[in-house]
Amino acid sequence: MSTLETAAQPEYLCRIAIDPLSRVEGHGKVTLFTDRDHHIRQARLHIVEFRGFEKFIQGRPYWEVPVVVQRLCGICPVSHNLAASKAVDQLVGAHEITPTAEKIRRLMHYGQTLQSHAVHFFHLASPDFLFEFDAEVARRNIGGVMADYPDVARQGVRLRKYGQEVIRVTAGKRVHGTGNVPGGVNKALTLQERNYLLADLDLMIQWGRNIVKLIKQAYALNPGYFSDFATIRSNYLSLVRADGALDLYHGGLRTKNDQGQILFDHLDYRRYAQVLREQVKPWSYMKFPFINSLGPDRGWYRVGPLARINNCDFIPTPLAEDERREFAALGEGQPVHLTLAYHWARMIELLHAAEAIHELLLDPDIFGDELVVRGEMAREGVGVIEAPRGTLFHHYRINEDGLIEKANLIVSTTNNNQAMNESIRQVAERYLDGKELTEPLLNQIEVAVRAYDPCLSCATHALGQMPLYVELVEAETGTVMDCLVRDADGTFRHSG
Amino acid sequence: MEPSGTLAEQSHSSLLILAVGNPSRGDDALGPLLLERLAAMREQRGDWNDIELLTDFQLQIEHAVDLENRALALFADASVSCPPPFQFTRLRPARDTSYTSHALSPTAVLHVYQQINHIPPPPAFQLAIRGERFELGEPLSAAAEANLTAALAFASQLLTMRDVESWGQFAEVCQNSPWNPFTPM
Repeated sequence: MSTLETAAQPEYLCRIAIDPLSRVEGHGKVTLFTDRDHHIRQARLHIVEFRGFEKFIQGRPYWEVPVVVQRLCGICPVSHNLAASKAVDQLVGAHEITPTAEKIRRLMHYGQTLQSHAVHFFHLASPDFLFEFDAEVARRNIGGVMADYPDVARQGVRLRKYGQEVIRVTAGKRVHGTGNVPGGVNKALTLQERNYLLADLDLMIQWGRNIVKLIKQAYALNPGYFSDFATIRSNYLSLVRADGALDLYHGGLRTKNDQGQILFDHLDYRRYAQVLREQVKPWSYMKFPFINSLGPDRGWYRVGPLARINNCDFIPTPLAEDERREFAALGEGQPVHLTLAYHWARMIELLHAAEAIHELLLDPDIFGDELVVRGEMAREGVGVIEAPRGTLFHHYRINEDGLIEKANLIVSTTNNNQAMNESIRQVAERYLDGKELTEPLLNQIEVAVRAYDPCLSCATHALGQMPLYVELVEAETGTVMDCLVRDADGTFRHSG
Repeated sequence: MEPSGTLAEQSHSSLLILAVGNPSRGDDALGPLLLERLAAMREQRGDWNDIELLTDFQLQIEHAVDLENRALALFADASVSCPPPFQFTRLRPARDTSYTSHALSPTAVLHVYQQINHIPPPPAFQLAIRGERFELGEPLSAAAEANLTAALAFASQLLTMRDVESWGQFAEVCQNSPWNPFTPM
């Protein structure tokens, strides 16, 4: 763990806040403490708002939960819906759902993964690859991408839209879907719906291949930077299928250490609380999960695309598997630790999602009429999926009336909490230390966080709520020494 | 409606009303609630069949595709900055700060439309309804409920005159003086 987590004598340091982070889902804040010579003494990523998920869910009937959890987050409602559905399956004794139900849910999940990865890369992250850090700020955004790389931008919009259509067709609605029910789903696909989704799919797969190629080109242009920027060695956690394949919907828990050695494997995720713990730190609302056997200092881990591609033995679709092999070669027998490789891994998963949708659409089970199974009711259920941003845990306990008595959620971004903090500390030490802070330099902090695609969303976005300011405060006196403000047109100016 | 054709070939109603917000986040529900009430009114009428009502948590790049082949578009959303009870404005495509976060502004969606289609977007307006509280699990505030009632009355007036000129005039009136729900139009 970096020594920059807590500075000695912070009262004598200057404080810089990046609040909120730009091009990150939701609202996060980074604080840096520097001394008078601009040396970084402390760097922390904060979550601004406590979300009170569990309290929101408690007291509701279990059958409402898959629908209601979609309102926790406007960014990944389908992920919450699926994880909750899997937990509720256990409550109703549906330990194995029908092939039709599982394949419809998988379709929904791959649609969600496709659209989420597409919007992250094209809308939020592609400017980091396509423009230099010191490029004009007003150009270094999706508008700039559209102006300079119109085909890339167009493909991003259409990929996102396609993924949303898969969700709409499988969930029944574009938002607040009701397709998943306790023990299965409430509808299969019609032939017409299948043909509709098949019509554009070859193009989506081709675009997926193009995007992976684009990432590889970006890496080849600047391998030194790619290899060094925000790179940290870590453990990795993800689900894998029983045969070791990448599986985003179901599997057992696998962890690897930074050498690539397996710590535990194919662990029934209902036992997650025996192997994972969460640490509370006084300066953050978000907890810090760790592998219990290693302790909080050595046991923190990464989840999400990089973890999944590092952890799996193979990807069960051919084009994505070819890309995985090429990617894995970077690690020379160990996991790939490059933080910017999250983007590369994410696009391999996008390609895999498109291929998986294709396979599922050709599977006759998606037209089946056995949709729901039920068994003996249970009081406790755990659902885990690989959400676009990483492993997502939903754990519920109900009372005798079927009301949620206790809920525990570990969301993907929480799993990456320590890792994101470690990455910004690496960037702060390597790129910011001893320098006068400028907007392009501060942007590097954001680039590091953005690689993880964190969802800090509060799912509210009312018009007029998106300020960005950076303050340099003389901590001893509290005097604001400098203030950097982002204006409505995206340009920065110094104020006050 | 059953899907037909490819993404590029879907048929569309001439007027799209796109409401955004999270129904479980207090006054963030204003947009979806407006849409819900308009949908109930549409059930009672025979002359609103060319209106498509869409709701989503947040605006994103793919909503540019929803604007294709429309004659007119209306974005409805909660606002913490507009004067109560609501504000009605004409929108123009623009790059803005919404690239900074998880949701695009309506003007940025129009800009995306223009960039991917190389033609101007359909005429678009925004109905911003004043909200006060946005915490998870909170109900709609009393002030927001009153603002919603006023906005619904205004929106139903708008829908009786579904042409750009009339809406443009409404926007001008709203710009010059905040809407008073007790003043007959």
